[in-house]
Amino acid sequence: MKKLALTTTALAAGALLGVANAGDAQATDLTVVSWGGAYTESQVRAYHEPYMELNPDINIINDDSSANALAGLRAQSQAGNVTWDLVDMLPSDAQLACDEGLIMPIDHDEVLAEAPDGTPASEDFLPGSLGECFIPQIVYSTVMTFNNEMFPDDNQPNTIEDFFNVDDFPGRRAIQNRPAANLEWALYADGVAIDDIYDELETEEGVERAFAKLDTIKEHLVFWSEGAQAPQLLADKEVAFATGYNGRMFNAAEVEGQPFSIIWDGQIVEWDGWVVPEGGNNVDVVMEYLHWATDTQRLADQAKFISYGPARASSADLVGEHADLGIDMGPHMPTHPDNYQSPILLNNDFWTDYGDELRERFNNWMLQ
Amino acid sequence: MAQAQAHSGPMVTADGVPLKTSLRRAERRRKITAFMLVVPLLAFILLTFIAPIGDMLWRSVDNPAIINTLPNTVTALEDWDGEELPPEEAFAAMVEDLRVGQENRSIGQVGIRLNYEMSGARSLFSRTARNADSLEPPYKEALLDAHRRWGDVETWRLIKREGRPYTASYYLSAVDMRYADDGSVAMQPENQRIYVALFMRTLALSLAITVLTLLLGFPIAYLLATLPLRYSNLLMIMVLLPFWTSLLVRTTAWIVLLQQQGVINDLLVAVGLIGDDGRLTMMHNWIGTIVAMTHILLPFMVLPLYSVMKTIPPSYQRAARSLGANPFVAFVRVYLPQTVSGIGAGAILVFIISIGYYITPALVGGQSGQLISNLIADHMQRTLNWGLAAALGSILLGGVLILYWLYNRIVGIDNMKLG
Repeated sequence: MKKLALTTTALAAGALLGVANAGDAQATDLTVVSWGGAYTESQVRAYHEPYMELNPDINIINDDSSANALAGLRAQSQAGNVTWDLVDMLPSDAQLACDEGLIMPIDHDEVLAEAPDGTPASEDFLPGSLGECFIPQIVYSTVMTFNNEMFPDDNQPNTIEDFFNVDDFPGRRAIQNRPAANLEWALYADGVAIDDIYDELETEEGVERAFAKLDTIKEHLVFWSEGAQAPQLLADKEVAFATGYNGRMFNAAEVEGQPFSIIWDGQIVEWDGWVVPEGGNNVDVVMEYLHWATDTQRLADQAKFISYGPARASSADLVGEHADLGIDMGPHMPTHPDNYQSPILLNNDFWTDYGDELRERFNNWMLQ
Repeated sequence: MAQAQAHSGPMVTADGVPLKTSLRRAERRRKITAFMLVVPLLAFILLTFIAPIGDMLWRSVDNPAIINTLPNTVTALEDWDGEELPPEEAFAAMVEDLRVGQENRSIGQVGIRLNYEMSGARSLFSRTARNADSLEPPYKEALLDAHRRWGDVETWRLIKREGRPYTASYYLSAVDMRYADDGSVAMQPENQRIYVALFMRTLALSLAITVLTLLLGFPIAYLLATLPLRYSNLLMIMVLLPFWTSLLVRTTAWIVLLQQQGVINDLLVAVGLIGDDGRLTMMHNWIGTIVAMTHILLPFMVLPLYSVMKTIPPSYQRAARSLGANPFVAFVRVYLPQTVSGIGAGAILVFIISIGYYITPALVGGQSGQLISNLIADHMQRTLNWGLAAALGSILLGGVLILYWLYNRIVGIDNMKLG
């Protein structure tokens, strides 16, 4: 009887859905792939919801698969069934996907909106941020964070060098289980000038030097793999320091009230943005959406919900307060002048060339 | 008599068809019916199990990128001896291939493929291809000007070597080996070896987990089989309840228990067994992997053991006692041998599941608790080196099959009993 009831309900629901679909046959579903959590939330509130209000015939569906976007794009392309319409990914992955022909090259000035003062998009986006197939939305950074309660008030760390100084700043440290960012920091703490870091890493001696520096703190290290682990380890006081994405650390500190402080010294700055898969069904609709969702106001709007800096120069002045907390977002942005004293710009060309080999070395180093 | 002689030919049925044919027909009909009943399952297994494994084996040797994208170069290098830089024709063929590859966006795949073998190959190809249209003959000088790596003989040897439709280099990488510059097989440099150590660790940890589940599961199964029904039912629910709980929830629960500021450490500090600065490190290392996986896989040992023990009549042990055996001897010589089929089933289940385990080690294993499956997943999802992932997976599959064969030789798979 119960089963019968269930079946009838399911049938009825199916019929209703059928009717609903028949009702607005014009509606287009856009599948937008992003990182999930607070980040997707910020995109939903800044872009998707307002856009669906303006365009009732568009329905945006979120898919939290960005962590494996490259694998997904390749699988969909090989299967000849591209179901994603728009994907949020990192520029290094975007470059790989672009080289493999998985995503569409973008004519920036044609697709993207001008700044309010008429500056073309290719000049308004921050220098070096636009890629052949890549449209940046935000600047984010990988930062060192510590738990205030793990150190006395008169002896709080504030540089990357302090992170490598286990005598004055004891406690375990959590870093990500991949070489990018960690090798850069090791050299920076070892006294290499920021501009020389990648030149140094291209040499065998430079790599040795970075690993030697990491060796000095190896017995204090814990490795994390998923972005959510870092703030968790820090909140549980499993570690005193953790590297992590500045938006997640902001969320833990300001929204959840954890006693975290960010060390902006040596922050590793990178972009994140949109790509359009090759062979999607709704390319024209997506391009219209992109034109709107990456204009000056929209990029500034996203900063109301998460502490990532907008990728357009013209958006900077429009960044205001957090939508729920009412705090000024400016000082929490990676690009705020106070925070942007000594940034390391992640060199994606370097990592696409040397990543395969250095990943193996890093894995080997972790295993020993 | 005369009648009998008339029928001395083959026996026939009532309607005159030879009996043999008639029987064969009936038999065939029965076989077809049986086959039709099996078809859905067979198709399902072929589609979702055999085909993907075949695809994996195929991918571990498939090497299409270079031969498809640089066909002219591969042909031009056929007669090259590999001693000095190749002749002008090879350079010209390369420029030609680069132009076409840039046009149809396939050159990137060549760079990605060769970068597995030689760091820097990706930018070598993408940069040169971008300017390929502006290159002018003689192409040898033009390419050497465009990027110094074109002047390395190794670059060309690599292209020649990997210009074959099939490659063994994924398997070499998977066992920490590589092609040396002269084409011979050599070990990876010491600081890049990972996979052999990880395979060994995976085997060792899986074995340890199997032994632990057996030690912990045997008494539970014994109790389950011998207690009166009302107690054993309750115990059974306690075994099954965690089994029905989500894997992630159980793993997270272990994080809460094991971490340095976790329940166990807090308890030990509270009763004074350890000091606050001497908290034990029980996760983010191999201990965490063993503890959490032993717990998660315990039901797979308890259930087969229980079902076998349930069938052993208690009177056997009583008979042994009455014939003068002490309890220990009665247990070891009479009871234990009868449970071997259950032990075998449980051990093989736990071992094979744990050898491919992935999510629990990723969450509680730290670095020393990672298994080979974690690296396979990494190559599937992050580095996108599917060839290497396939080679590692094939080796793992081969290893399991060999162990299964060994088990069959030593214990005999017919002795395995799941219930």
